[in-house]
Amino acid sequence: MENDWRPSISAENLKSRAQLLADVRLFFAQKGVLEVETPVLSSAAPTAPYLDSFKTNYIPIGTSPQQTYYLQTSPEFGMKRLLAADAGSIYQIAKVFRNGEQGRLHSPEFTMLEWYRPELTFTQLMDEVSALVAVVAGFPEAIRLSYTRTFEQYLAIDIFNCSDQQLRLVGLENIPSLMRDIDLDRDGWLELLMSEVLEPKLAGFERPVMVYDFPASQAQLAKIHTDEQGHEVAARFELYAGGLELANGYDELLDAGELRRRFEHDNQQRLVLGKAPMPLDEHLLAAMTSGLPQCVGVALGLDRLLMLVLKQRDIQQVQSFPFNQ
Amino acid sequence: MASVSTNQFKSGLKFMLDGDPCSIIENELVKPGKGQAFNRVKFRNLKTGRVNERTFKSGENVESADVVEVELEYSYTDGEFWYFMDPVSYEQHAADTNAVEDCLKWLKEQYVYTVTQWNGSPLLVTAPNFVNLAVTDTDPGLKGDTAGTGGKPATLETGAVVRVPLFMNIGEVLRIDTRSGEYVERAKD
Repeated sequence: MENDWRPSISAENLKSRAQLLADVRLFFAQKGVLEVETPVLSSAAPTAPYLDSFKTNYIPIGTSPQQTYYLQTSPEFGMKRLLAADAGSIYQIAKVFRNGEQGRLHSPEFTMLEWYRPELTFTQLMDEVSALVAVVAGFPEAIRLSYTRTFEQYLAIDIFNCSDQQLRLVGLENIPSLMRDIDLDRDGWLELLMSEVLEPKLAGFERPVMVYDFPASQAQLAKIHTDEQGHEVAARFELYAGGLELANGYDELLDAGELRRRFEHDNQQRLVLGKAPMPLDEHLLAAMTSGLPQCVGVALGLDRLLMLVLKQRDIQQVQSFPFNQ
Repeated sequence: MASVSTNQFKSGLKFMLDGDPCSIIENELVKPGKGQAFNRVKFRNLKTGRVNERTFKSGENVESADVVEVELEYSYTDGEFWYFMDPVSYEQHAADTNAVEDCLKWLKEQYVYTVTQWNGSPLLVTAPNFVNLAVTDTDPGLKGDTAGTGGKPATLETGAVVRVPLFMNIGEVLRIDTRSGEYVERAKD
């Protein structure tokens, strides 16, 4: 107990962390991307069914009425309101909060690098992510693999034509530690196969891997577009390196009506899961109605990037203090 | 039956799986960014001693196991059971072959062992990391050989056979590391 006050980061790692932040800022300064800050607290929250926000109360001095505020899980909504007001290319290094997520690779509070580029296309953003990790982390150039191809190549399944039952069999066969009677929906199986089977396989490459064109059902806040085979897919990519999920990028959805439908659909799912629906961000929806410029954006976990650079096994080793101390 | 949520999983937690008590070695959260969460758990089956992995949906409940670890003193054996005594209450606990198997060769009267109990009966007996045991049989000692080259086998009072330096004699008490089964040094009084 008496040593619990001590940092979980070594003096050496603390220096590397400062260097990483400086390198990231230099990278964006050289490209003319503007550093911004947006509020950490908001009266609205993301609706994603498996993302839980920390909740707090605002009490104006001398009064009792309380207003619920949520800590951001990413700076996305605030940054999109800046984009709708023509802020141009912007980036932010933000503390973000995700309730309940604690483990070797997760901390309920972590540092996210998020940036938006109205000038770039979806593929140009993938190039820029690859360039950033090359400059700040010394990674070799990323390989690109479509989501469909990844499943075909390593699991021999066609995600567009396999039945739910086939997907389940592939899951049980490839993840022997699962209970035979486990009950998952289609996206649940796809996500589990991705993190338990494919991510470790992708780690076998000596280079980072950019997986792009996710199933439309996992679009989150990305546009839906048509891939080379004519399938409707999400214009979304993820960067995997050293077996870790490092970054998540979109060709951003611009349609406010479609976003409201996705938010409402999410809230329906939350109810089914026995979770409270989240208040929709009406300011974001209004900003999008007013007009969000065509843009691409990506969020990257800086703690995990540092873990890879410093070859650390636990996220605590790159953060000053662990969550429970 | 009391249950425990996977959200409370951490190393050392005991739970029931397929009717057997298990102890968590490592619990890992598996969760893609905005996707569903799972717990990948590495555990030891306390009945068989085997290490295995299981992946649960986060938030699922499993049955908790009534497993405790107590420090008990080894008393004697009747050949079928090995009896351990609580040094405070003098209560006797009988452990069967399965429970003592792994530490049989380090069992010595009046030594204290860690006994893992499930529903009140001994499941596993673990020896302390170091025990002091007397040599009951070995070739005569060779004076002058202090380099410890090669060594020779020696039988200890519990029946265990370990390699010792050539200069050791019958009757000497040795400090043994039970984890590796290796001789460490001559026991100090």
